[in-house]
Amino acid sequence: MTPETHVTSLTDLGVAEIRDGFRRGDFSAREVAQAFNDAVEKARGLNAFIVTTPEHALVAAETADSDRAAGLVRPLSGVPLGIKDLFATEGFQTTAASGILEGFIPAYESTVSGKLFAAGAGMLGKLNMDQFAMGSSNETSAFGNVISPWRRRDGSNAALTPGGSSGGSAAAVAARIAPGVTGTDTGGSIRQPAAFVGITGIKPTYGRCSRWGIVAFASSLDQAGPMARDVRDCAILLEAMSGFDPKDSTSLQLDVPKWEDNLSSDIRGKRIGIPKEYRIDGVPEEIGRVWQQGIDWLRDAGAEIVDVSLPHTRYALPTYYIIAPAEASSNLARYDGVKYGKRVNPDHGGLAEMYEATRAAGFGAEVKRRIMIGTYVLSAGFYDAYFNQAQKVRALIAGDFERVWAECDLLLTPTAPSAAFALGDKMNDPIAMYLNDVFAVPASLAGLPAISVPAGLDEQGLPLGLQLIGRALEEQTVLNAGLALEERAGFNARPEAWW
Amino acid sequence: MSVDTATVRHIARLARIAVTDAEVEALVPELNNILGWIEQLQEVDVAGIEPMTAVIPNSLRLRDDIVTDGDKREAVLRNAPVAEHGFFAVPKVIE
Amino acid sequence: MADASTYRIHGATGEWEVVIGLEVHAQITSKAKLFSGAATEFGAEPNSQVSLVDAAMPGMLPVPNRECIRQAVRTGMALEAKINAWSRFDRKNYFYADLPQGYQISQLYHPIVGEGEIEILTDDKDESSAKRIGVERIHIEQDAGKLMHDQHPSFSYVDLNRSGVALMEIVSKPDMRSPEEAGAYVRKLRSILRYVGSCDGNMEEGSMRADVNVSVRRPGQPLGTRTETKNVNSVRFIMAAIEYEASRQVDILEGGGTIVQETRLFDPDKGETRSLRSKEDAHDYRYFPDPDLLPLELDQAFLDECRASLPELPDAKRRRFETELGLPPYNAAVLTAEVETARWFEALLAGLRNPELARQASNWVISDLFGGLNRIGRSIEDSPVTPAQGAQLLGLVADGTLSGTLAKQVFEIMLETGEDPAAIVEARGLRQTSDTGA
Repeated sequence: MTPETHVTSLTDLGVAEIRDGFRRGDFSAREVAQAFNDAVEKARGLNAFIVTTPEHALVAAETADSDRAAGLVRPLSGVPLGIKDLFATEGFQTTAASGILEGFIPAYESTVSGKLFAAGAGMLGKLNMDQFAMGSSNETSAFGNVISPWRRRDGSNAALTPGGSSGGSAAAVAARIAPGVTGTDTGGSIRQPAAFVGITGIKPTYGRCSRWGIVAFASSLDQAGPMARDVRDCAILLEAMSGFDPKDSTSLQLDVPKWEDNLSSDIRGKRIGIPKEYRIDGVPEEIGRVWQQGIDWLRDAGAEIVDVSLPHTRYALPTYYIIAPAEASSNLARYDGVKYGKRVNPDHGGLAEMYEATRAAGFGAEVKRRIMIGTYVLSAGFYDAYFNQAQKVRALIAGDFERVWAECDLLLTPTAPSAAFALGDKMNDPIAMYLNDVFAVPASLAGLPAISVPAGLDEQGLPLGLQLIGRALEEQTVLNAGLALEERAGFNARPEAWW
Repeated sequence: MSVDTATVRHIARLARIAVTDAEVEALVPELNNILGWIEQLQEVDVAGIEPMTAVIPNSLRLRDDIVTDGDKREAVLRNAPVAEHGFFAVPKVIE
Repeated sequence: MADASTYRIHGATGEWEVVIGLEVHAQITSKAKLFSGAATEFGAEPNSQVSLVDAAMPGMLPVPNRECIRQAVRTGMALEAKINAWSRFDRKNYFYADLPQGYQISQLYHPIVGEGEIEILTDDKDESSAKRIGVERIHIEQDAGKLMHDQHPSFSYVDLNRSGVALMEIVSKPDMRSPEEAGAYVRKLRSILRYVGSCDGNMEEGSMRADVNVSVRRPGQPLGTRTETKNVNSVRFIMAAIEYEASRQVDILEGGGTIVQETRLFDPDKGETRSLRSKEDAHDYRYFPDPDLLPLELDQAFLDECRASLPELPDAKRRRFETELGLPPYNAAVLTAEVETARWFEALLAGLRNPELARQASNWVISDLFGGLNRIGRSIEDSPVTPAQGAQLLGLVADGTLSGTLAKQVFEIMLETGEDPAAIVEARGLRQTSDTGA
């Protein structure tokens, strides 16, 4: 084996393989970090990272190597990761992919990234994303689109979306330039991009991962979660990311289960609900085919398939598009040119003019659109008709899930209503873009754990994902059924490196 | 419900986002399109339903009254576009 | 002075009644801020008592301080108000340089304390002047930072030390009818807060300030349009603002004009109010429940502790002083108005061997002690004479050691030197002459 092929092969490894290989002494952490740093550098064409932090990865690796020599290994020793730019990273620019935060260097580390680093992981860089996590195609970033490593079979070479908002995260794992990454999911931002690039991503129960230090989009929905090549890697990372944080009032005061140790694809006797409301018009036939395939696989694994109904599903997206913008309009009020980030001073302007010019220049079009919608639905006279109504419908949607758990243990649905589309295809039609998350949003509104697992390819050779939704706190059930799907799907397609 | 140019300007003002005339013209149909779409929520019967307060059952924890933070002016001001003499500085406000 | 309950403005066209409601913002006594661990101490270096939460750094989250909640509940209990075991925090959204989050965390829809009341005496000497002023609600909210406009020609400076300090907003019903009633209400509220220990009541340091709602009407007619004069920070200014504002409104109405519902500012130098914000800037605060915080649910044990820890309050103490100690109503009122006075007096009582002396002691405190402290410019908290020494002095008078005249001489020396009266008597031979043969 030449040194070069040796380096290439290291980036073929996932989180568990790196961790275990490092512990066995197959390679040093420094070799791994160097290999991924090089891969990141070579993949600049994907625009997956906003900033790269090779030195962070190397320092963590060197610590891991010397720790190992001293007989100490931590859960993620030797594993370099990509961190979505929504996580504040101490000493490293954090922008949420927005111009309004360009140059912002936090004096603090988000709880989740801090936990990963304390577990021994290093950081390869800050991953590109939709601006303030608002978008489903990674086209709203102030730092340019992320290009999916995947291409259609038709030879057109059209640049495709990696999905969003965790688009950089998805592209980095799919392109094998990071073995695992953090994502955040407000209304599908982990699951939809995972499905678009053929990787696995899980959004845990709301409150499992601390939100402290994560730039807020919609507080009642935002949850961090891992994205990686397979279910086991996600279980490992989620374990390191989760846990009670007294600094987040919505954090759940619970011990972190041993998700990895308890992984098992034996799901005999589990009842899998197939919600009829997720069969919607206008969805490509292939989505239905993969869904049926998933049903067959789970039945093959010994699960019982039951047809169920979640009657308020069709209201989930409009509910989401009231609550999320309303919360965002308030959460993003702090970006005012006073404490950090961009400031634009118009000539002879006072404070109000400075605010208006700064926010006009700093926020992208989609962010402004959502702030405007959120401001409108909260404004005098409309609160009851919009926001309060939406919170009531949200309770109904959560109630649907609560009822359906009497009939089944998990729900199986497609993750997204299509495969990845071409960049530019939906940018002029916000509602068409929002519809990307039609299957992802209900679980977000109810705070439930949900995973996307790659299930197959469409006729253009693009990945399609399946989603499993579980009861609150039952990440283990979700992961185990995900593993059962993964084993049967045998998904091993990967994009050919063109970058 | 739908918005006109005056409403869009009012909303932009509330949100402190400067908008040009052209942007206002473009935003009116865009926002109306979205508002028309979310309008379908009005048809849901919510009689007797309480608005959701906590997505996962959880209670608000209270912390002890102990000084654990502060005394970090440098970290607080470090990223400020303009800071002078230990203060943030903003365009002069006339009250 | 006119009887407060029939206070009227005599306009050119007849009499007008003034209707007053007060929103008092009282800083909750706590070591740390409402939602962060930064200190609340007054007078620190700018931006030195600021956490990353107070500065609204991206991703920072609020965690409530138990003591602030407890003090608000105890205050509500002291006002015999309804305590809401289930309440919520809402965000009040607006942009200003002293508000780093772009919203204030407050309570609109579900405040922690509901209706209660405060009894005021418009005349200290007369219990029949008692009047009950309704309290609409008490809610908890964050204070804003501070802006300084005079430090730089083109900048205002922002200090966030106060940003996030806990406030109680105590909202009265529009039950007051004269500046005197409003003054009595604020003094009484301040007294209760200081008894409870939930606010130090220090108006000079901004620990208490009031938004003053004033309207006028013909007696018996429906409520008129009100104005709100913001942030008035002394009892005297509150009364002056009401007087000015009521006359201004009467002048406008009698001139055929209408009152604009608006926010105004009181200028203490001129004794006037002026319009603060133009109408086009009318605020739309877009209140909604803070999604970073869950509903605040108080359990019975918490509520029980709050109630058990309440001290005897001024009204109860005043009545007890009258009934058990036989004090004249005026003495009882004066000695219970301030918690420090009441504490000093009760310590004095504890030192008296003969409880029959209580009435005499009350007279001595009000005339001699208050007079003496006033002359030397000290408050009762830093009185050079201790309650034990006061008791000793009264004992020397009671047992005939000192005449009234000699007692006054001894007291003067006590004020000056802080010495015990017995020692003064001994050293200077100040016994009554009738005792010299002993």
